[in-house]
Amino acid sequence: MIPKQKKTVYNTRQALLYLLPSLLLFIVFTFYPLIRSIKLSLFNTNLMGQETVFVGLHRYAEMFASPQFFHSLLVTFLFTLYTVIPGILIALFLAYIVNCQLRYISVFRTIFAFPLSIAVAGASMIFMMLFNPGAGVFTYLLQLLHLSPVFWLSDPGWALPSIAMIAIWRSVGFNTLVLLSGLQSIPEQIYESARIDGSVSWRQFKDITLPLLSPTLFFVFIVSVINALQTFGEINILTQGGPMNETNVIVYSIYREAFFNTNFSYASAEAIVLFVIILLLTVFEFYFLEKRVFYR
Amino acid sequence: MKKILHYVLLAIAACIILAPFLYAVAVSFESTEETLAFPPVWIPAALHVANYGKALQTAPLLTFIFNSFAVSILVTVGQIITCSLAAYAFAFFEFPGKKVLFTLFLSTMMIPAESTIIPNYMIIRSLDWLNTYQGLAVPFMASAFGTFLLRQYFQTLPKEIYEAARMDGCSRLRFFFTMVLPLSKPALATLSVYTFLSTYNQYMWPLLITNSDSMRTVQIGLAMLQWDQGISWNTTMAGIVIVSLPTVVLLILGQKQLVKGLTAGSTKG
Repeated sequence: MIPKQKKTVYNTRQALLYLLPSLLLFIVFTFYPLIRSIKLSLFNTNLMGQETVFVGLHRYAEMFASPQFFHSLLVTFLFTLYTVIPGILIALFLAYIVNCQLRYISVFRTIFAFPLSIAVAGASMIFMMLFNPGAGVFTYLLQLLHLSPVFWLSDPGWALPSIAMIAIWRSVGFNTLVLLSGLQSIPEQIYESARIDGSVSWRQFKDITLPLLSPTLFFVFIVSVINALQTFGEINILTQGGPMNETNVIVYSIYREAFFNTNFSYASAEAIVLFVIILLLTVFEFYFLEKRVFYR
Repeated sequence: MKKILHYVLLAIAACIILAPFLYAVAVSFESTEETLAFPPVWIPAALHVANYGKALQTAPLLTFIFNSFAVSILVTVGQIITCSLAAYAFAFFEFPGKKVLFTLFLSTMMIPAESTIIPNYMIIRSLDWLNTYQGLAVPFMASAFGTFLLRQYFQTLPKEIYEAARMDGCSRLRFFFTMVLPLSKPALATLSVYTFLSTYNQYMWPLLITNSDSMRTVQIGLAMLQWDQGISWNTTMAGIVIVSLPTVVLLILGQKQLVKGLTAGSTKG
């Protein structure tokens, strides 16, 4: 017999051995960088990004006093609003119509998932062509409807909604797949018993489907918000934060400040604000999922 | 009748979803005059296959695709190793501090990559890993999501086999290789498809740490085909079609695995 304490020590050591590769990578590329980000935001930095003088929360004070930062936050918020709500509604519609037992339905499922396979650079350039104010498809469509032309990406009022359109198209695949699997997990018997009660289609959707789908909807919502907050590629390729900072979301501002203006300290303070926002969202999600276990 | 209406609805929706890409494919076969015409030309009069040759000539797309594949495969293999080892410990071992460590793993999901990207860039620079495969791949070789996904699957394997095997003196490592991994092929496939696709589509990290044509990945290299003087839309679109092919094929073949991966996060075990 091995004494119990010795066995525990042995077990722990064994377990740590299996966890070691992941732990090492997390420490080097996640935890340490996060702490370093916090440290960078509390110091002045030189051109190489080394800390020089401790300035405490000065950078944060500077940031919260700057109208540009609040503009960035507002743009980020608006972008999230423009992409998340339409993105989920469209995906919900697609998932609903594809959740049936017709022939060749799997073809349609693959088609609805298709935008997942077009990466950000390709999608942005395709839309750049569609948005082309001179001879683009969207200009043509507006003309067909007798509407005045719009300078999609160079009009300060239209740039953000235009970028949002690309993000919506790119998110539809993921959202539809997840919502579809949520719909499929609703047992058929529930619908059958409702049908006996004479429940009509829209009421059936509102009273049965939506409540039972709410956990999945909530998951899609949180993931969509986090994705929207992290949008970068479309903006870097199409507008570089412009026109007039109207697409200068937080993530783009971090990139710009750090790697163009070599203002590592300010960029790090912004990065920490982004971290706090996403942390709160994720904690909220975990808390909700934890509660959900009870009514399942 | 109702069925036909349903098909019509599905077909309209499918056309709208596919429209941007189908139009891109059409343009990739058009002549330069056709791409500039207004109203836009939907179907080219003749197939100008030469556009594809020009795209390949203008930018080393095959090198970019090779780089993206190399990085994606490295990250996928790396994650399978690190995640399955960690998930095995979390699913089968009893040890003090297990809960704390598991929470520590999950907490990495709350840290967005953009919040750590500046120090990470500095780390890679000081390691002299700018413009290298290891610089592109190593930071992404561990994943809390992957560990969680595999742990969920491992937990469905009957624990009695594990205990019986341990009684018979089977070492933990041997059990891992001879039982756990072979029984978990579906979950490993899910993780692979998911990781490969998301790495292939990475944008910000490769943008920061590569600046030579020989090391650029697809997403960054495509910018060389950005519509500009001298390059017209047909060349750009041909390039996009070429670099999208691998992920389109992967999506069609691996959709089932992918759905499992995507939904793993929405259900708590």
